[in-house]
Amino acid sequence: MAPILTARQVTKRFGGLTAVNNLDLEIQERFIHSVIGPNGAGKTTFFNCVTGFNQPEAGEILLNGHHLERLSPDRITQLGIARTYQNIRLFANLTALENILVGQHPRLKSGMLGAIFNTPGTQREEAKALAEARRLLAFVGLTGKGDHLARNLAYGDQRRLEIARALASKPKLLLLDEPTAGMNPRETEAMTAFIHRLRDELGLTIMLIEHHMGVVMGISERITVLDYGEKIAEGAPVEIQTNPRVIEAYLGREEAEAAGEPA
Amino acid sequence: MTKNTHFNWLNALRMGLIGGVVALLISLVGMVEEFSQRDIIAGVITMGQTLLFIAILMAGYFAAGRAAGQPGLNSLPSGALAGLVTAGILAVLVVIIPLLNLRAILPNASPALIRILTFLQESLVVGIFYLLGAGAMIGAAGGLINILPAGIRRAVILALFWVGLLGLLQELLRVTLTNMPQVGAVLSWMFGSRGLSVPGAIAVFVAVAGGNYLWASQGDKVQDRIRAQPPATHRAMRWGSIVVAIAVVLYLPRVLGPYLSDVTNSVGLFILMGLGLNIVVGFAGLLDLGYVAFFAIGAYVMGVLTSSAIGQNAGQIVFGPQLSFWQALPIAVGVSVLFGIILGIPVLKMRGDYLAIVTLGFGEIIRILALSDFLKPYIGGSQGIVEVGEGQIGPVIFNTPQTLYYLIVAGCLLALFISRRLRDSRPGRAWKAMREDEDVAQAMGINLVATKLLAFGTGAAFSGLSGAIFASKIGSIYPHSFSLLISINVLSLIIVGGMGSLPGVFVGALVLVGLPELLREFSEYRLLMYGALLIVMMLTRPEGFWPEATHKREFHEAAASEVAPESAPAS
Repeated sequence: MAPILTARQVTKRFGGLTAVNNLDLEIQERFIHSVIGPNGAGKTTFFNCVTGFNQPEAGEILLNGHHLERLSPDRITQLGIARTYQNIRLFANLTALENILVGQHPRLKSGMLGAIFNTPGTQREEAKALAEARRLLAFVGLTGKGDHLARNLAYGDQRRLEIARALASKPKLLLLDEPTAGMNPRETEAMTAFIHRLRDELGLTIMLIEHHMGVVMGISERITVLDYGEKIAEGAPVEIQTNPRVIEAYLGREEAEAAGEPA
Repeated sequence: MTKNTHFNWLNALRMGLIGGVVALLISLVGMVEEFSQRDIIAGVITMGQTLLFIAILMAGYFAAGRAAGQPGLNSLPSGALAGLVTAGILAVLVVIIPLLNLRAILPNASPALIRILTFLQESLVVGIFYLLGAGAMIGAAGGLINILPAGIRRAVILALFWVGLLGLLQELLRVTLTNMPQVGAVLSWMFGSRGLSVPGAIAVFVAVAGGNYLWASQGDKVQDRIRAQPPATHRAMRWGSIVVAIAVVLYLPRVLGPYLSDVTNSVGLFILMGLGLNIVVGFAGLLDLGYVAFFAIGAYVMGVLTSSAIGQNAGQIVFGPQLSFWQALPIAVGVSVLFGIILGIPVLKMRGDYLAIVTLGFGEIIRILALSDFLKPYIGGSQGIVEVGEGQIGPVIFNTPQTLYYLIVAGCLLALFISRRLRDSRPGRAWKAMREDEDVAQAMGINLVATKLLAFGTGAAFSGLSGAIFASKIGSIYPHSFSLLISINVLSLIIVGGMGSLPGVFVGALVLVGLPELLREFSEYRLLMYGALLIVMMLTRPEGFWPEATHKREFHEAAASEVAPESAPAS
């Protein structure tokens, strides 16, 4: 099977700090692939390199054979990558529905003149976009909250709205940055099931950063572990759980020798 | 404040001091004396006194609001004490002005001010006694307003506001409405020689307070009943109100007369600019402080293309194709758009305060270029361009305030229409997303370069249109007409009206451009009032007078949301 995303020897430095170092990574289509690692391991920086927020100093990143390294974030989104953020970044003063409509932006065509003259084409497109936005709202379970301002939504709802907004661009690859951060066990379980649905029902490939080991081990088909910007392990959850280097990275050397398995 | 039943005299004292400082300030900058030439209620209270009384009333109101314990018990004495302190500070002023010969330092500390503060009494002692008594009473009244039930309180405050406003505008209203003899009798009953008459003031107070109170208690029922009407009735009502609005807009200049039409035109030009800057700042979140540049460019293009003063003499320019107004207008708008985009390119990467500073520079560059000797042969330098062309449709020449009015209203309506359409469209959503979070907007697939330039270009188009009409309206253009103050005015009116809100632009322009034009006494204190208004707005109502409403679209059909046009524009 061909990988949907390929990263080869990606390096990203911030001044003297090497946040991502010579990273090789392949993500197979329709996989749920987790990237884990201690704080500061370079997970989010790698996400930012993939989505165009940061330009890597070296290496190449390909989506289905298209180079992404020099592209701006909007071009990369148009090629089929969407993401959510570690600290939720919704358009706070727009309604939930408008957030999703903005998400559809690259798929819509109508421009300035179409908008001013409200041409039949624009009307059709807007009606379709609105219907699609309502459908996504229902898909993430926010029906009835579409007219609320995003900032007034409950925390869990904001997380799901952010995913709905990402889905609106019809991505092939969805990047989730700590989707269960700050959730209680029940919400976490619901989110886990929801991520499974995204893959199974929409056929998405999902790459996620997650700290919650229960979620990571339960959900992932493949896991990549980063530490100090380098890949220290990769494999199925069972392999990762018993990998001594991973245990060491998470717990430190002495504790790793004492403890058997990570939580 | 602490929750006990003790009389909180310390707080009342503090509020009184704050009120006193405010009263002292407005007295010593000369506002009280200047405004005393205008009566709010004829022979009873002048506008200068009103200003002082508002300070005292507010001191009493807030002192009562902070008074601990059961409401009512301490509110009146708290208010009275605060008012007394405020009045006391003024009394001290009255005493020390002659003693210390304050007038040598503060030119406004004049005998006239003393007379006003002591209610024109011969004896200073009696006058001060009056002043303190009035202070205590008004302070207590402020306290009383505070403890009224919320509904009644709102009605009373609103009624006081309207009495003040109508009293303030009486001269205008009378001049305006003399064309209509039917209302003449009512007017002469309502208004005295200067300001409202006593029965007129009472009538206004009762009508506004009663109306507001009734609406607050019964308004929901009325709205429900209207909502319960069948859709056909709704449509008829909507069309009816549109027709009425159109009729009012068309008929207005006849009622207003030349002077008021001219004021309306100034407001209209600012509305036009405000709608443009609202797209740049309110929708797209790009803080542009050099917005006057596009106004200037529109005006100069109109001037150069239509001026008939061609030649080598002073006040003439060497090149001028002498186009007609209508030929020049689209060119002026087009050139403004072009400059909007050209000036937008270098600032694409800038945000927030950096963007503000650079655009501020652009605005000044354009003004200084207009003044420069380098361009003098082409745009006249400091001597400007004269004999700018006038628009004409059939027999109507747009050269009087009452005809220009229609031109400006048409411009405003066009800008309003475009703004409305863009607001709810794909480009509008991209602007708002960019305003909220530029990085995320880009990650959503929005092309920031195109989106920003579209905002700059559209904003510049409205401003250029406004400038072109302005040039034709004034008939001559000088660089000093395009000062930084215009940019600040436009930005202020957007902030006061409500960022990103279209009705807010109209409200802001009326308050910040219309009122100072109408009340000439204000003009000297214009910037002081601007500053005070902006501070008060930021503290109490940062979303503006008429904030942008969120659009309910989840359960509406897409087509239905586009039907209702805005009614009652430029009034």
